[in-house]
Amino acid sequence: MSLSDLFRRRKEDSDADTGASDAPVFPTKALAKFLASLHVREQPVLIDLGPVVGPNVNFFGEQLGCKIFVEDLSKDIDRHVREGHVADLPAFFKQRFPQPDASVDGILCWDVFDYLDKASAQSLAQQLTRILRPEGAVLAFFNTTEAAPTNKPVYTKHVVVDPATVQHRTYAAARGKQKPLNNRDIQRMFEPLRITEQFLLKTNTREVLFRKPKT
Amino acid sequence: MWKRDESVKPTSQPQAPAAPVASTPQASAPAPQPDARRMDKDMVHIGKSVIIKGELAGSEDLTIEGHVEGKIELKDHVLTIGPNGKIKAQVFAKSVIVQGEVNGNVTATDKVDIRDGGSVDGDIVSPRVAIAEGAHFRGSVDMQRKGAAPQPQPAKPQPQPAQEKPQPQAAAR
Repeated sequence: MSLSDLFRRRKEDSDADTGASDAPVFPTKALAKFLASLHVREQPVLIDLGPVVGPNVNFFGEQLGCKIFVEDLSKDIDRHVREGHVADLPAFFKQRFPQPDASVDGILCWDVFDYLDKASAQSLAQQLTRILRPEGAVLAFFNTTEAAPTNKPVYTKHVVVDPATVQHRTYAAARGKQKPLNNRDIQRMFEPLRITEQFLLKTNTREVLFRKPKT
Repeated sequence: MWKRDESVKPTSQPQAPAAPVASTPQASAPAPQPDARRMDKDMVHIGKSVIIKGELAGSEDLTIEGHVEGKIELKDHVLTIGPNGKIKAQVFAKSVIVQGEVNGNVTATDKVDIRDGGSVDGDIVSPRVAIAEGAHFRGSVDMQRKGAAPQPQPAKPQPQPAQEKPQPQAAAR
């Protein structure tokens, strides 16, 4: 990569970033349900699959008194895209999570599944199901419409404002959202988890709360 | 050949040489002091060129701009890792401010503050954690709930509706 390419790339990255002040806020219905499901647990263990967001760490720490693992999957996806190894993502996800079986109380996926093809999404969902404790919860957002093609793809940082509101801050991504997963695919991917709450928002986002049944 | 510098010539009024800057504040001469000189309270500064391997413990606030490997323990004091600081150590302090790089677990009894440009690879245990936009963090954060209630009393049965609240509390925000 030449120096000019590097500068151009950095400019594109900064163009894609939205700061805290100009980022829009959106309602969320499933987040409050997710929190309620974890409130009953003493010191729950949480995994956040999004980028590290300081206010979120504070929010979940104060609300739940939990231990949070930040496992930013967007960096992993970007690395595979840039190196041309996207096909390796399903195998990569099988090794990605060192957590033992049934050791995590809650998982925040945000919209990470939108950036994965079906095979990778399936592999990731299997791993999340494996590490989730019985009665644990998974919160995931799924886009319901085909994303318009763009030469400036972005990820979204979901910054929790309060249990009913989330701010969306964008930053540059190596590739855009993939083909939306349909409802049945989502349900099958996460088996044996059960969908306990599902909200279709005006933003064409489907918010889904999964719970792992008691064994 | 050498002309005596008149400015350092002793005057008739004796002055206290090398007195601590902050100990006798003078209203007439509020000359700005460089940062390194302004450390009027107990604070130690480890410079850029210093490399320490081993265990570092103390009872003063400490700023590290150099490299430290091993263990740092400042139980009741503030540890600041400056922009040039590189730490590969387990850190225990009252409060930790990270502007440089930390590779290791950080435990603070008060607060961990990762500033813009700061980087932590390791697990954080602290009741308060601030991670700025632009900071790098990889690991886990363990925060105790503010005003955490003691272990629940198993003997007292609670009415069922009180357990599940429709909206989680956000009063602290």
